[in-house]
Amino acid sequence: MLEIKNLHANVDGNEILRGINLTIKPGEVHAIMGPNGSGKSTLSYVLAGKDDYEITEGEILFKGENLLEMSPDERAAAGVFLAFQYPIEIPGVATMTFLRTAMNAQRKARGEAELNTPDFMKIVKQKASELKVSPEMLKRPLNVGFSGGEKKRNEIMQMALLEPSLCVLDETDSGLDIDALRVVSDGVNALRSPERSMLVITHYQRLLDHIIPDVVHVMSAGKIVKSGGKELALELEENGYADYVNAA
Amino acid sequence: MPAVQETIEQVKEIDVDKYKYGFVTDIEMELAPKGLSEDIVRFISAKKEEPEWMLEWRLDAYRRWRTMEEPTWARVDYPKIDFEDLYYYAAPKSSPGPKSLDEVDPELLETYKKLGIPLNEQAVLAGVEGARVAVDAVFDSVSVVTTFKDELAKSGVIFCSISEAVREHPELVKKYLGSVVPSTDNFYATLNAAVFSDGSFVYIPKGVRCPMELSTYFRINEEKTGQFERTLIIAEEGSYVSYLEGCTAPMRDENQLHAAVVELVTLDDAEIKYSTVQNWYPGDAEGKGGIYNFVTKRGDCRGKNSKISWTQVETGSAITWKYPSCILRGENSRGEFYSIAISNGKQQVDSGTKMIHLGKNSSSRIISKGISAGRSQNTYRGLVSAHRKAAGARNFTQCDSLLIGDQCGAHTVPYIESKNSTAVFEHEATTSKISDDQMFYCQQRGMSDEEAIALIVNGFVRDVIQQLPMEFMAETQKLIGISLEGSVG
Repeated sequence: MLEIKNLHANVDGNEILRGINLTIKPGEVHAIMGPNGSGKSTLSYVLAGKDDYEITEGEILFKGENLLEMSPDERAAAGVFLAFQYPIEIPGVATMTFLRTAMNAQRKARGEAELNTPDFMKIVKQKASELKVSPEMLKRPLNVGFSGGEKKRNEIMQMALLEPSLCVLDETDSGLDIDALRVVSDGVNALRSPERSMLVITHYQRLLDHIIPDVVHVMSAGKIVKSGGKELALELEENGYADYVNAA
Repeated sequence: MPAVQETIEQVKEIDVDKYKYGFVTDIEMELAPKGLSEDIVRFISAKKEEPEWMLEWRLDAYRRWRTMEEPTWARVDYPKIDFEDLYYYAAPKSSPGPKSLDEVDPELLETYKKLGIPLNEQAVLAGVEGARVAVDAVFDSVSVVTTFKDELAKSGVIFCSISEAVREHPELVKKYLGSVVPSTDNFYATLNAAVFSDGSFVYIPKGVRCPMELSTYFRINEEKTGQFERTLIIAEEGSYVSYLEGCTAPMRDENQLHAAVVELVTLDDAEIKYSTVQNWYPGDAEGKGGIYNFVTKRGDCRGKNSKISWTQVETGSAITWKYPSCILRGENSRGEFYSIAISNGKQQVDSGTKMIHLGKNSSSRIISKGISAGRSQNTYRGLVSAHRKAAGARNFTQCDSLLIGDQCGAHTVPYIESKNSTAVFEHEATTSKISDDQMFYCQQRGMSDEEAIALIVNGFVRDVIQQLPMEFMAETQKLIGISLEGSVG
């Protein structure tokens, strides 16, 4: 699904990613943990194609294609989804309108017919209720005045609607209380399938109690310094990142 | 917003130059000699078979205009207009005045069909063509046809060209013409009073709610021709009318002049809702060509509890100089101004409103949304004033500007004057930019640059779009997408 080879990326001349190697197979869930400033969010933005990053070395293959040559919307249509750590507000644009525009844009890019209104409404209502998103919330302008929990549920609802093949979750657990964390994790788990891969970025073990990863990576100073099974996360919870920070 | 998708489709269909109304109708025209003189004024008046009093009114205005200077206070910059190098009258030879539909030159009907203007009454009634709207179609200097006149007459509503009204309803025209915008008002209004060509006349009798939307569609076709539309709408006690104005012009390399005057009068408890979708040719990306739009629009809420509401969507014109205003004379009268002004390329917009509170407890509301892209300049200029007798006057103003790119400008110039201590005026203003984060978020969900901008801008103008008559909402959403085509990158 995803192959990252020796990836180096700069922001304003500072090297943030310093040789990332990572392979995710279809159906696998990988977690990346690491201290603040280790480059986790940068990796998620580089995967999604944000402008501000300069790739100085390395490559990313997504389903065998060169991802770095694609624009952000092409990547989205090809199946890359990023659940944002801080979802963006768009005043005046009803959440429903946004969802519809996004779904139809992707369908069009893939040469599929646009959804008609009744079909669209049916799908949205179903996914919304699964993620405890109220019909009233769908009418409100996108993310404007949403609570932290509402924003994250909205991200996962979008993920469910757009049915991507690679889901990148950037600190989806930040700002969530226990109940919201459960709703969001259930939503994510419901999307696990043999055809879909996930990259879960987090600081804390607690998210990984709910979304159980196949592989855990530790990232420090722009590199993956250790990889292991789900028990690695527990070990980190116990001992902290200190060993790895020093090692890097 | 399903319109967003369609918008992109439409944008793609349009050729290199995005303006889709840019075609020229090839039709034989009758022109007055170039330039302006008393003789030209007499020529126009004679063409329209006007009575002597009308000619005198025009000549007075003409003589006054000769002593006036072009205003320079607006934040617009353009080469001096040579008023002697223009034609002041141009009419299709076949159609010197409005006729019944089957007498109109097929070439003209074809033009309006291409523009999507429903002139075929049967088709409109059958629901085949557009919304149920009565249309007055003005082509250069003359009205070529007015639909549904007979049907409207059944409710006592008069809807005809102003030229016809001068002949058929002189008592009403004499009473109201120039009573809101006097012929001495300003340089362009005075010029208009001297040479006004055509426009619409609407009279809604006491207690009548006009049974259909009324609409005038202005088309400038001929080269080097000024269009001087004059519209007068009178709503008698307790009546109501919703009126829509639309405008387009061919793409031409020279600038064309449009200097209109619109006067509205509402008596006790009457209401006029006036909506404009202005889509004159804006000129090309380098600023060549396009319409100079110098317009004086003013409504007089003469009666108590009367109301005038202006809604405008301004997307075209090289230069826009336009301030639809309300004189709130009646007690409890109400004025509203809702505006979307979009500028792209090298367009210059200086637009806004004046709310002049004279009556007790009069109230007004201004919502202005300016969007600047490309290398355009977009200015909101507005006056809110309270006369010393306007006790309890209230105004709320909200002025929002949105910038796209880093080479355009947005300016807000509010004037607030209160001579009554009980008046309450509120003014809110914001300026924002479409952020890179918003763009990236939309793109990450699969939208292209154009789709993302159309979505974000439609969100920005939502408050105003909601004020438009239903059938024009979708149209406007599309227009916004098209107007901003090429604003990124």
